[in-house]
Amino acid sequence: MTETPPSSEAYEARIAALEAKLAALEASVGDATARVEWDWKGWAERYGLILAWIAIILVLGAFKPVQMFAWNSYASMLGSNAMVVVLTLALIIPLTTGDFDLSVASVMGLSSMLIAVLNVKLGYPIGSAILIALLAGAVVGAVNAFFILYFGVFSLIVTLGTGYFVNGLILWVSNSGTIAGVSMDLVRAVILTRFLGIPVGFYYALILTGVIWYVFQFTALGRRMLFVGRGREVARLSGVNVTRVRAGALIASSVMAAFAGVLYTGMRGVADPSSALAFLLPAFAAAFLGSTAIYPGRFNAPGAFLAVFVLSTGVMGLNFLGVDSFVQNLFYGGGLVVAVAISQLIRGRKPMDG
Amino acid sequence: MIQPAQTGLAPDGGEALGIENLSKQFGGARALDGVSLHVRRGEVHGLLGSNGSGKSTLIKVLAGFHTPEPGAEIRLYGRKVPLPIPGAEVRALGLAFVHQHLGLIPSLSVTENLYIGQLATGQDWAINWADLHRRAAEVFARFDLPLVPQAPVGSLSAVQQALLAIVRAYEDLRHATQDHADRPGVLVLDEPTPFLPRAGVEQLFRLVRQCTATGASVIFVSHDVDEVREITDRATILRDGHLIDTVETATTSHDAFVERIIGTSMAAYHGAAKVLPARPPLVEVSDLAGPGVGPLDFEIAEGEILGVTGLIGSGFDNLPAMLYGGRDGVTGRIAIGGRGIRLNALTPPEAMARGVAYLPADRLGQAGVGSLSVGDNVAMPVYPRLAGALGLTDRRVAAHAGRLGAEAGVKPNVPALPLSALSGGNAQKALMAKWLQTAPRLLLLDEPTQGVDVGARQQIWEALDRTAEGGAAILIASTDYDQLAQLCHRVLIFSRGRIAAGLTGAQLTKDTIAEHCYRSMTRIA
Repeated sequence: MTETPPSSEAYEARIAALEAKLAALEASVGDATARVEWDWKGWAERYGLILAWIAIILVLGAFKPVQMFAWNSYASMLGSNAMVVVLTLALIIPLTTGDFDLSVASVMGLSSMLIAVLNVKLGYPIGSAILIALLAGAVVGAVNAFFILYFGVFSLIVTLGTGYFVNGLILWVSNSGTIAGVSMDLVRAVILTRFLGIPVGFYYALILTGVIWYVFQFTALGRRMLFVGRGREVARLSGVNVTRVRAGALIASSVMAAFAGVLYTGMRGVADPSSALAFLLPAFAAAFLGSTAIYPGRFNAPGAFLAVFVLSTGVMGLNFLGVDSFVQNLFYGGGLVVAVAISQLIRGRKPMDG
Repeated sequence: MIQPAQTGLAPDGGEALGIENLSKQFGGARALDGVSLHVRRGEVHGLLGSNGSGKSTLIKVLAGFHTPEPGAEIRLYGRKVPLPIPGAEVRALGLAFVHQHLGLIPSLSVTENLYIGQLATGQDWAINWADLHRRAAEVFARFDLPLVPQAPVGSLSAVQQALLAIVRAYEDLRHATQDHADRPGVLVLDEPTPFLPRAGVEQLFRLVRQCTATGASVIFVSHDVDEVREITDRATILRDGHLIDTVETATTSHDAFVERIIGTSMAAYHGAAKVLPARPPLVEVSDLAGPGVGPLDFEIAEGEILGVTGLIGSGFDNLPAMLYGGRDGVTGRIAIGGRGIRLNALTPPEAMARGVAYLPADRLGQAGVGSLSVGDNVAMPVYPRLAGALGLTDRRVAAHAGRLGAEAGVKPNVPALPLSALSGGNAQKALMAKWLQTAPRLLLLDEPTQGVDVGARQQIWEALDRTAEGGAAILIASTDYDQLAQLCHRVLIFSRGRIAAGLTGAQLTKDTIAEHCYRSMTRIA
C-alpha cells in the first residue's frame, strides 16, 4: 500500500486500459471463431465435392484410362449436359424461396416441342419460335404461382399436377410424334460451334451459373430470397413482399426451364414428346448434391454446376465400363438420396426448411 | 399397501392431494421454495399468483415434467407418490390435466378427440365407430352438453372446445380409476378461461361442479380473482415461489386476494418514475379494432415510452403487430407525424416506409432466422444501402453488422455466426440493432426482454432510452411489470380488449401496475 490513492482520472485511465484489453481479447476470440470456419473441416465441406470428382475420375480411369483421360470425352460431356445445368439452376431458384417445382422437366419438353412445331410445321422463324417457347414457360410459371400463392396449395402438389398437364399439352401439339428438321441456325448456335473443343451450349450454362451466383450471393434480392425460404414470417415482418418474391422465383424457374428446352432442341435438331422428362431426377440430384458444396447448407449455383458434372462424369465412366444403362438410374436416384442425407448432416439434422 | 385412515366418502372429508415441502431450483433461481398444498376430496381448489410466482412450475412437477428437489413429498389419497412423478403413469395415479392450449386436434371429430388416448395406444383392429359415437353421446348427455359426436372439433366454438377438453380429462380419469372408484382423482385446469366469453365461463363452471359432485377434486389455476372467488371452495396463493396463504374463498374479499397476490411491502423499491415529456403527440391511433381488441384510441408523444399490459387474454399483446399491419382484420386509423393511414390498408412495407419498426416476441420464429448469420439478420432491412461496386458482399455485410453489434454490445460480436448460436439476450441485442439502424419514428416491441439476462436487459433498456431521447415514440407490450415500471413514461392497462386504466408518474410502480391488472377485471365486468 505504498501508492497514493489514485485520482478519478487515473481510475478512468485504468478502466479505459482494461476495456481496451477486453476489446482486444474479444477481437482475438472473434478472429479465432471466424478462423475455425476456415480450418480443414469447413474447407473440406466446401470443396469436398471437387475432391470427390477427382476421385471418381481416378478410380474409373484406372479401369478405362484411354477414354477417361481423354479431353474429348470431357468436352462432349460438358457440352451435352448444358441443359441439365440450366434445368438445375431453374430448380434452385424456387428451392431457395422454399417452393418445389416438379414441373421444370415438363416445361423443358414443352419448350422443345413448341420450337419444333412452330419452326418445322408452321414455318415460324427460329427466333420467334424460341421467344414463344420462353413465353410459354412464363405462363406455366404464372399458373404455378397462382395456385400456390392464391389458393395456398403446397407447391409439390401444384407443380406435380401442372407438370402432368403440360405433358398432355406436349403430346397434343406433337400428335405424339417426334419432329425433326429444326433450323440448323439453332443447332449451330448450341452444339456445332465449339470453343476450346467444347460446344458453346456449355458456355451459355456457365454464364447463367455466373448470373445466378451473383444474384444469390451479391444482391439484396438474392439474400431476401433466402430469408423468404428460411423464415417466411421473418421476411414478411421485415417488409419483404413474400408473395411477389415467391411468384417471381416460380416464374423465373419456368422461363429458365424453357431455356433448357431451347438448348435441348439445339443439341439434337429434333424434339420428341417424352425424353425431356427423364431429366427431372438428375436435376434434383444435382441441386441437392450442389447444396452440400461451395456454400454448404444453401442451394447455390456453383455447387449445382459442379454437381451436374460430378454426376455425369460418374455416369460417363460407368458407360465406358460397359455397364448397362439402368446403372444411370441407380446412380442418379442413389445420388439424390445420398446428397439429401449429407445436406441434412450439414444442417445438423434439423428438419429441412427449403 | 397401507390403507389410509381418512377414506370417508363425504365430499368434504379427507385429503385427495397432499403436497409437502415442494422446492424446485432452476440454476440460481428458486422457482418453488418449500411449498405445501392440500386439496380435499370433492373440492375445487384455486391456485393463484402472478407471472413467475411458481404456479406453472408446481403444475409441471405434478405432471411429471420437473423433478422436485429432495425432501418433497406428494400424496394422493394418503398414498405416497414416487418422485419425480412418472409422466407416463400420471393418469393411472389419478391426475389429469387440461392446459390452456387444450390439446385438441381441430381436423378430427369430437368422438376421435374424446377417445384419442385409447385410439392412439389401443390395439383395436376393428374400431366400431357407431358404438364409439354412441358412447360419446352418452357421456355428453350425462353432462348435459350440446356436443355432436360426429362434428369436427375445428367447427366448435372456443367454449365448446374447452368443455370437450375438460370432459375428456374427466373421462380419462374416471377410466383410469375405475378399479378404485373411492379415489376418483384430481383434475387440474390450467388457466382454461382467459379466452372465453362470460357466458362460456359459467357453462364451464357448471361442468366443473358436475365433476366434483362425483367426488373428484379440481385444481383451478387462474389469474382472475373473480373467477376464483366464484368457483373455488378454497384457494392457495403463491408469490415468488413461496406459499403465501391458503384461504377459504367464501370469507376472503377481492381486495384480500389481490393483496396476497401482489404483496404490499415493496412499494418504495422503484422511485425512478419517469416524467412524461411535454411534447406534441407523434402517433395518434383512433378507432383501433381487431380480433379481441378495441375499439380504442390513444396517442404517443415524441420521445415517449408507452407500455401496454394486462392479464392473459386482455388483448394488449396484439397491439404491436396490429399497428404494424402484420395482422388481418384490423380497422381504425393511425397517424404518424400527422400523416394518417387506415389500418386495414397498412402492410409491413408500408409501415416501414412510414418509419414504423416492429420487433416480435418470437425471437427465432418471427424476428430473426436462426440458421442464417447474425450479419444477414442485422443487415437485412438495409441491404440496398450496403451494396458496393461489386454488389452486396459478405465482407460489407459483416463489417456493417460488426459495427452495429459493437455499439449494441452483442457478444460474441462475430457476424458470421448463425443467429441461433447467440444467447437470448445477445440475439435480442442484435435484432434490436437491426431495427434501430432504420431510425424508426415509432418502435413497436413485444416482450423485448423475455428470456434475456439481467445485464443484457439493462443494455436494451438503455438503447430504448436513447432512441426515445432521439425523438422516437416507443410502444412496449409486456407482462413484466417491473420492466414497465422502470422503463415507461406511461402504462395502459388492458382488460377484455379495452383500455381499463392509464398510469403515469408516481403510479408507475410494479405493484400499482399489477394491482390495476388484477382489479381491472371487476371494473370492466
